Amino acid sequence: MRLEYFQMVDQVEAVDPVAGTIRARAEVPRESSVFEGHFPGYPILPGVLLVECMAQTAGHLILVLEKFQRMPFLAQIESAKLRRFVEPGTALSISASLVHLGSGYAVTKAEVETETGAVAEAGIRFRSLPFPNPAMRDLMLENARRLGLDAPMRA
Amino acid sequence: MQDTFNAVADIIAETCNIDRATIQPTSHTINDLGIDSLDFLDVTFAIDKRFAIKMPIEKWMQDINEGKGSVDDYFILSNLCARIDELRAAKPA
Repeated sequence: MRLEYFQMVDQVEAVDPVAGTIRARAEVPRESSVFEGHFPGYPILPGVLLVECMAQTAGHLILVLEKFQRMPFLAQIESAKLRRFVEPGTALSISASLVHLGSGYAVTKAEVETETGAVAEAGIRFRSLPFPNPAMRDLMLENARRLGLDAPMRA
Repeated sequence: MQDTFNAVADIIAETCNIDRATIQPTSHTINDLGIDSLDFLDVTFAIDKRFAIKMPIEKWMQDINEGKGSVDDYFILSNLCARIDELRAAKPA
């Protein structure tokens, strides 16, 4: 996880396009300028970034389902629950599943867990649009390779 | 058709917090009811779920942009409901 670059996911561990599921992992960094403000002397991962973890994981599922021909843009967060604080150095398991792939939109559910239990959950909805330019698609493909998305897709 | 309209009107009233009595078959979803794109996404999802269909909104928008149809053809409720009925009828048994 590189908070300053908004890279919330470290690796995609499994993706199943038929079942419409994905599982990823991320490790919260021990040091980050984010923690200097959130909060001084009591560093915890901002809840909004936990939501972003779920959105990026679910977004990668939609990218796979749309065969990297369309870009999912976060449109709606539904019934988000942030159950406990997440401290620097925590390993996160993030999973998401498809609820409905509509025309120009997608509905997913996602959750975050640690080895001690559930941390967060939310319904995440996306607008699904053609890539605004080829460079953005290339960036998403490169990002997918960095996350190891190729390997789970072959499995 | 009437059943479809009633179901769609109920969905719009609940999803968009619009007085059900103001929703008529002649209502335009955008011009009359003021449904914005995010609420329309919710309405579309609810209709897809309710009738187990996938409304081809993007195809409709493409048709409008290419002059193959007008906005009214798709987004006046009576016309929208007719298209929903077509999609329902086209579903495999």
